[in-house]
Amino acid sequence: MNVQELIKVADLNIVTLPSPEREVEGAYIGDLLSWVMGRACENNAWITIMSNSNIVAVATLADVSCIILAEGVTPDEGVTETAESKGVNILSSPKSAYEIAKALFKSGL
Amino acid sequence: MQEHLIFRFDVDGEDFTSAGQASVHVKKNLRQIGIDPETIRRVSIAMYEGEINMVIHAGGGVAEVHVYDEYIEIILDDRGPGISDIDKAMQEGYSTASDNIRSLGFGAGMGLPNMKKNTDKLDIFSTVGVGTKIVMRVNYKN
Repeated sequence: MNVQELIKVADLNIVTLPSPEREVEGAYIGDLLSWVMGRACENNAWITIMSNSNIVAVATLADVSCIILAEGVTPDEGVTETAESKGVNILSSPKSAYEIAKALFKSGL
Repeated sequence: MQEHLIFRFDVDGEDFTSAGQASVHVKKNLRQIGIDPETIRRVSIAMYEGEINMVIHAGGGVAEVHVYDEYIEIILDDRGPGISDIDKAMQEGYSTASDNIRSLGFGAGMGLPNMKKNTDKLDIFSTVGVGTKIVMRVNYKN
């Protein structure tokens, strides 16, 4: 499944979607950036409540296919633009990380 | 001396929002010269942790990546406060980062452990009050 398809089946909102064709394989939930760097796998969807610009660098380096901001979190100023220029997809949802993970699971991830 | 490729970056210690830029650049450069993805991932993670440490603890520094035929070497050099107890700093979960830093998602005490985990050789040269130099080596896959 790619990110574009995931948005539909899991009912996610688009913050920025520069790379809609990125494949999604599994998910990782976490807010401690070092933890995410070390444990998230390539092409995971990364669910977090962190909203500062460092999430873009972490997403790039860990090669995740998208960031999903949970609990209705919105990105800090400038983050959306940085993500767009780096080709990093950012999605959002008012749901909790758990509810989002459930939706991803149900959608077949 | 054999010629090899070197990437060099000044890491800005003031700017948290751009922390990680050197690592992102290195990742892109290594991709362009055809390094295998697993090696790139390990180099990127190790370097990012080092870069963040320099920003959090040392007010910036210099990062160099040397691409040799057999391995990649990352050298991080700062004039920060130094590490008083390296064994302690190597323990997962140990951190001296402030609450402010933690609220940004850093300071989990995973930096040095992640650097060790993702490299084949890690040497730390640190003198309190003088600075810290970290030399990491990542061998190519196979």
